Amino acid sequence: MQVQFELNGEAVITDVEPRTTLADCIRDGLRKTGTHVGCEHGVCGACTVLINGDAVRACLVLAVQVQGDKVVTIEGLSGDELSPLQVAFRKHHALQCGFCTPGFITTAHALLTNEPNVNEERVRDVLSGNLCRCTGYIPIVEAVLDARIHYARGEE
Amino acid sequence: MKASNSYIGRPMDRVEDLRMVRGRGTYVADVNRPDQLYGVILRSSVAHGKIRSIDFTRALELPGVKLVLTAADLGATVPRIPVRLQPLPELEPFRQPMLADRKVRYVGEPIAVVIAESAAIAEDALEHIDLDIERLPAITNREQVEAAASVLFEDHGSNTAITWKALLGDADAAFKTADYVRRERFQIQRHTAMFMEPRGFVAEWDAEAAKLTVWGAAKLAWHNRRVLAAALGLDEDAVNLVEVDVGGGFGSRGEFYPEDYLIPAAAKIMQRPVKWTEDRREHMMSSNHAREIECNVEIAVSRDGRFLGLRGQIWADIGAYLRTNGSMGPRNVAQFMSGPYCFGNVDLKCSMLTTNKTPSGSYRGPGRFETDFIRERLIDIVARELKIDRLELRRRNLVADSQMPYRLPFITPSDSSNELDSGDYHAVFERCLKEFGWEERSKLRGKLVDGYYHGLGIGSFIEGGAAGPKEDARLVLETDGSLSVYLGSSAIGQGLETIMAQIAADATELPFEKITVNHGSTSHVKDGYGSYHSRSTVMGGSSILLAGEKLKELIRETAAKRFNCGPAEILIDGEQVSYAGNHLSLSKLSAVPLEVEASFYNTKHTWAYGTQAAHVAVDPGTGEVKVVDYLSVEDVGRMINPLTLHGQAIGAIVQGLGGALLEHLVYDTEGQLLTGSFADYLLPTASDFPNIRSITLELKPCPNNPLGAKGAGEGGVIPVGGVIGNAVADALFHLNVQPLELPLSPPRIWELIEEAHQQQLGSS
Repeated sequence: MQVQFELNGEAVITDVEPRTTLADCIRDGLRKTGTHVGCEHGVCGACTVLINGDAVRACLVLAVQVQGDKVVTIEGLSGDELSPLQVAFRKHHALQCGFCTPGFITTAHALLTNEPNVNEERVRDVLSGNLCRCTGYIPIVEAVLDARIHYARGEE
Repeated sequence: MKASNSYIGRPMDRVEDLRMVRGRGTYVADVNRPDQLYGVILRSSVAHGKIRSIDFTRALELPGVKLVLTAADLGATVPRIPVRLQPLPELEPFRQPMLADRKVRYVGEPIAVVIAESAAIAEDALEHIDLDIERLPAITNREQVEAAASVLFEDHGSNTAITWKALLGDADAAFKTADYVRRERFQIQRHTAMFMEPRGFVAEWDAEAAKLTVWGAAKLAWHNRRVLAAALGLDEDAVNLVEVDVGGGFGSRGEFYPEDYLIPAAAKIMQRPVKWTEDRREHMMSSNHAREIECNVEIAVSRDGRFLGLRGQIWADIGAYLRTNGSMGPRNVAQFMSGPYCFGNVDLKCSMLTTNKTPSGSYRGPGRFETDFIRERLIDIVARELKIDRLELRRRNLVADSQMPYRLPFITPSDSSNELDSGDYHAVFERCLKEFGWEERSKLRGKLVDGYYHGLGIGSFIEGGAAGPKEDARLVLETDGSLSVYLGSSAIGQGLETIMAQIAADATELPFEKITVNHGSTSHVKDGYGSYHSRSTVMGGSSILLAGEKLKELIRETAAKRFNCGPAEILIDGEQVSYAGNHLSLSKLSAVPLEVEASFYNTKHTWAYGTQAAHVAVDPGTGEVKVVDYLSVEDVGRMINPLTLHGQAIGAIVQGLGGALLEHLVYDTEGQLLTGSFADYLLPTASDFPNIRSITLELKPCPNNPLGAKGAGEGGVIPVGGVIGNAVADALFHLNVQPLELPLSPPRIWELIEEAHQQQLGSS
């Protein structure tokens, strides 16, 4: 089947089997490998992408479901300069192996975009949908709280 | 001349982060080769049985299916995975075949490999393979092992593989004369590393050059190359294992698994690249499990609270086969049960039992997490019964600085001994109490506040590191003046590129920014050992130090020729060399790269050590345990990067809390894994443990390596079970609840509370 959507600001038309997940479509078909696949059953959150601004698990969405949508992956949130979230992740040592990191950053970006004045409890609550095995989460929460100010100022 | 560099000890931001936070890391699933095929593994759904037949005719008829590989294709004798650590001859019968050989012994055991044009087609093909397996009784616990309804290895005739013994002094004599003896039964549940990136490989056979390249190496590339080359009948030089970014290891990833052989073998047969990535369910039933033991252990104590002896029997459930490092946990449980305390007399046996469950191996702090739960719980039970303050009891028995080096029990059948290298265990213990605010918090002990009983727990630990025999480094001063470091150590997410660049910068006096660290691939150095047993910093780092000295000598010799002087007259000053007021940039020093190699040899382990304390609150209505505060204090001799070290300490503690409270690989009596998803196997999440602190000290540098560093990646996890168990017992002191089994899940705590209530009713 042909599916047409916007990926990181660029129009994409691609052929997929109806059963192809969005994660596989992005990674295997379109070769954007920053979206990681950690469990394929919607729990670990490593594959989180933004669909029309919402944080969504790309392993639980079929590629054909994003027809006409705006999809943003970690690559779409990255430029030559590190973003405020990326700077904060580095500063707080919020990653070790880095495998879960794109999912955390996309999730946190959606959260801070919608709720720039979010409190710590809410950050923990939202991030509890993503699994990290290295850091113990404490530095990730610190990083997200640290990046809030940039979203509140609209500098993200 | 400017001062020498001092990058060691500084919290340098990680160089790895720059790619990883942007999604530009390259993990093995991100590697693609032109014209690649995809592999999928057919795994047994039966825990124990005889394979009567495998019919894959229908699978081969599916368009896009290229090959189905079974044991019959692997030669007259199916190759088996060698035991890497403690390769005793008596362990050989238990080695795992690359594909199930006439029998299946656990759910998840590879039976066949399907190769197809896409992963989806290969997965479809699994449905078209007809398997006929004659079921045998499954052995899933010690009772069944002892009832011997069936044996996994008929030739061996018993489900007990071997028994490790840890011996020191004369335990029987000590127990005979002791004032007080206490015996308890403990049990630790099966759980495991559960790193986030699934395992995978991409293998490519270049028929013209007769060379095999495999992407996806981790932890042990050189060892695994030897094993793979031998199994495929190739020269080692014909095989290159490539390490790309690795999404966590924790002891489990990078050991040689059946797929390490099957995917390259398929690529060689197909003469096309083959890619395989496991899914999470496969991971849970195929990657090493860990930690499952039960034991009867007794402690002998004098009236005034001196430990006199430890003895007992431990049973370790190793699962269906003895994997590469399957002995380490069971051996360590016996060897390190005495921990940082003087026991004088030890007689511990640990029998390895084979069962129809996924084989086990090392997971961060192997054997040590288990044994610390047992020891620290026993100490608290003794303190309660002898009415000695539990802090005081520990003070009386921690090994003293003056006793260093301190000998640990002798271990058989490997016939090895070990000794603690250095440390002020008492100072760290007191520091932990002070930083934790033990005295102040003690006011809450046993109190019911807002529906929660509060309690404190403590435990001390030792962490072994720096396994030998050696590590290799190659330094290349490139013609542009930059430095390339090639290293035998592997990166598994621990920040190796940053730490090694810090060490290399200090060793060579070159700027940190000019250094690139290449690691873990077999093309980098002739020989390498890798990353395990908290060894990379000490072993890899020390080899860089030695190579740095050699490189400076070579730079001086090269510059001396240019300046027509003696090498000793050359000054290396940052990025230039100088002689008698004349300067030459390193980028203009030589037309060819300057290259040196060095190896650091080591036979002595490093011993980081520390104390941890917890404040918990227990809900008697639900059995929930809240961790109010948690502190770890550890002396690592010398820190290279406080940022990464601190991060690993916190991460390890949270893994330990997972093992203490949440994580459990549950099997039913048929040998079916009941916890095959992240919905069933509970990992800690961001909202579970918000209050964890870690303090790292540099009190006693290690005397056995030039860095003075001690391996420190695992320590945090080691005492957590014991510390939490003690804190829960303290909170429920009035009920005399004594946790003897992990995990301390809400239902288990609730049951313990109910039992205690019943006993109190019965006795009143």
